[in-house]
Amino acid sequence: MSEILTKSRARNVFYGGSLFFVVVFVAMTVHSHRYIVETSTAGMPLTDEVRLGKHVWERASCINCHTLHGEGAYFAPEVGNVMTRWGVLDDPEGAYEILNGWMQAQPSGVEGRRQMPFFDLTEEETRALAEFLRWADQTDTQNWPPNDAG
Amino acid sequence: MKYQSQKVAYAYFLVAMALFAIQVLGGLLAGWIYISPNTLSELLPFNVIRMLHTNALIVWLLLGFFGAAYYLVPEESERELFSAKLAYIQLAILVVGTLGAVVSYLVGIHGGREFLEQPLWVKFGILVAAVIFLVNISLTVLAGRKTAITNILLMGLWLLCLLWVFAFINPDNLSLDKMYWWFVVHLWVEATWELVMAAILGYLMLKMTGVDREVVEKWLYVIVATALFSGILGTGHHFFWIGTPGYWQWIGSIFSVFEVVPFFAMMSFAFVMVWKGRKNHPNKAALLWSLGASTVAFFGAGVWGFLHTLHGVNFYTHGTQITAAHGHLAFYGAYVALNLAMFTYAMPQLRGRAPYNQVLNMASFWLMTGGMCFMTFVLTFAGTIQTHMQRIVGDYYMDVQDQLGLFYMMRFGAGVAVVLGALLFIYSQLVVRRELIAPGPVTAPGE
Repeated sequence: MSEILTKSRARNVFYGGSLFFVVVFVAMTVHSHRYIVETSTAGMPLTDEVRLGKHVWERASCINCHTLHGEGAYFAPEVGNVMTRWGVLDDPEGAYEILNGWMQAQPSGVEGRRQMPFFDLTEEETRALAEFLRWADQTDTQNWPPNDAG
Repeated sequence: MKYQSQKVAYAYFLVAMALFAIQVLGGLLAGWIYISPNTLSELLPFNVIRMLHTNALIVWLLLGFFGAAYYLVPEESERELFSAKLAYIQLAILVVGTLGAVVSYLVGIHGGREFLEQPLWVKFGILVAAVIFLVNISLTVLAGRKTAITNILLMGLWLLCLLWVFAFINPDNLSLDKMYWWFVVHLWVEATWELVMAAILGYLMLKMTGVDREVVEKWLYVIVATALFSGILGTGHHFFWIGTPGYWQWIGSIFSVFEVVPFFAMMSFAFVMVWKGRKNHPNKAALLWSLGASTVAFFGAGVWGFLHTLHGVNFYTHGTQITAAHGHLAFYGAYVALNLAMFTYAMPQLRGRAPYNQVLNMASFWLMTGGMCFMTFVLTFAGTIQTHMQRIVGDYYMDVQDQLGLFYMMRFGAGVAVVLGALLFIYSQLVVRRELIAPGPVTAPGE
């Protein structure tokens, strides 16, 4: 083996092969980018309200307790399908009300129960957050999660 | 230590160890909150503690890599660093950025993409520091002897820094955001960092085992080839359920199965080199850490990664405590232990002493590794129960969590062992000044 596989051959295989896989990966990424924009997330328009909701989501660092499409911290429930779980996926007003009610009740202060902080959001921001979560929920995630429990 | 400028590594290692202490203490606190959820819940919520835990980890590992590069590149290139002063400026920028990030997090100013929460000015600081680093190290390498070790190390570090650009790209479309986010996260830990790891491991093997350079370097190219061939398309295992096309399920599953290969190869490489080498290097602790890193990386990144990487399995385990179990052992084995191996090897030389404090250092290896393995096991059990109850039966998240208390208590216990091990390691590096146990007389084998 040592005669066939010299150091310079190993090096050339490494450079050539890596370049090949980079090219394939970039091509697939370009396709995936278009697929996301045109197909999987096209079920609901990406409005300014949804954008604002995403900024609210980021500013509060929700991802460091919750998961969203299964990614994030594992300390609090999945929220990628929370609007389905609450039965308000197609009901913007209901989504806002139930989310607002939940947010206003935090922290619960119950002893021995994980605590969600109180976030001081305006009505506009809470509405935007609800729209963002509805928008995320309508994404085609290949039928993940397996059930409404998330 | 042959070259004066290698000394800059010392400052990097000191800062890295300080952040290491903060990281494990933050982890311990987070683990405690799982058991006693009301702790600090209004003063310092869980999400902020977790940010400190993960960010401190990432920054100290990077500081360790930078320090390792500054230590080994002069020896490999057979010349002084291009500029030791630039290296200190780079460190100063990173320290200011890190402190700035910590203060921002504590007062509630942060971004919201996991692991990339740093405020924009800190991200720019990191970019500037990365550019300084690349210039400094590249000019050193270009002017001196070129080896496979510096080649691979440099390639890993260059790509790592280039990928940082995606930390600035945050599309409004959540699925696009997630897809490009993985360009930093996955292509760091499962591609470019593996190059850095292989190069550092190769250097340590070269120095400690006395195996011929040609052999080490050929192995290195084979290892990094398997790392990138599997790791680049292996990114697909993160593209199963985030809105990306369905074909990623097969691409991701198939290629991430092969992601086990480079870790198996690195483990085999380390053991074969030690067996073949005839050198009896006095720094036994560094050897223990090197072999330990490659072994635990194989189990944590390789085996525990494979455990939940097939899309049929991942459909049920995605985002449960199984992921947490894998994340902890993989990071510990591949990158924490490797950095500690490098510290253990370099510190005696940076401080101008013979290898000292072997016993305490080795004790800290077993304490940390034992704790980390136990933590991984209990989180795997917790994750298995969670997967069944939540994903199969359909019980609600918090109802399931209430059933997992026993595992979280055991995880906290394991965390205590890890923290004690980490503090013992730092103590053994910085405080101990003489051998605790004198070596016995040398006897011929078989006597």
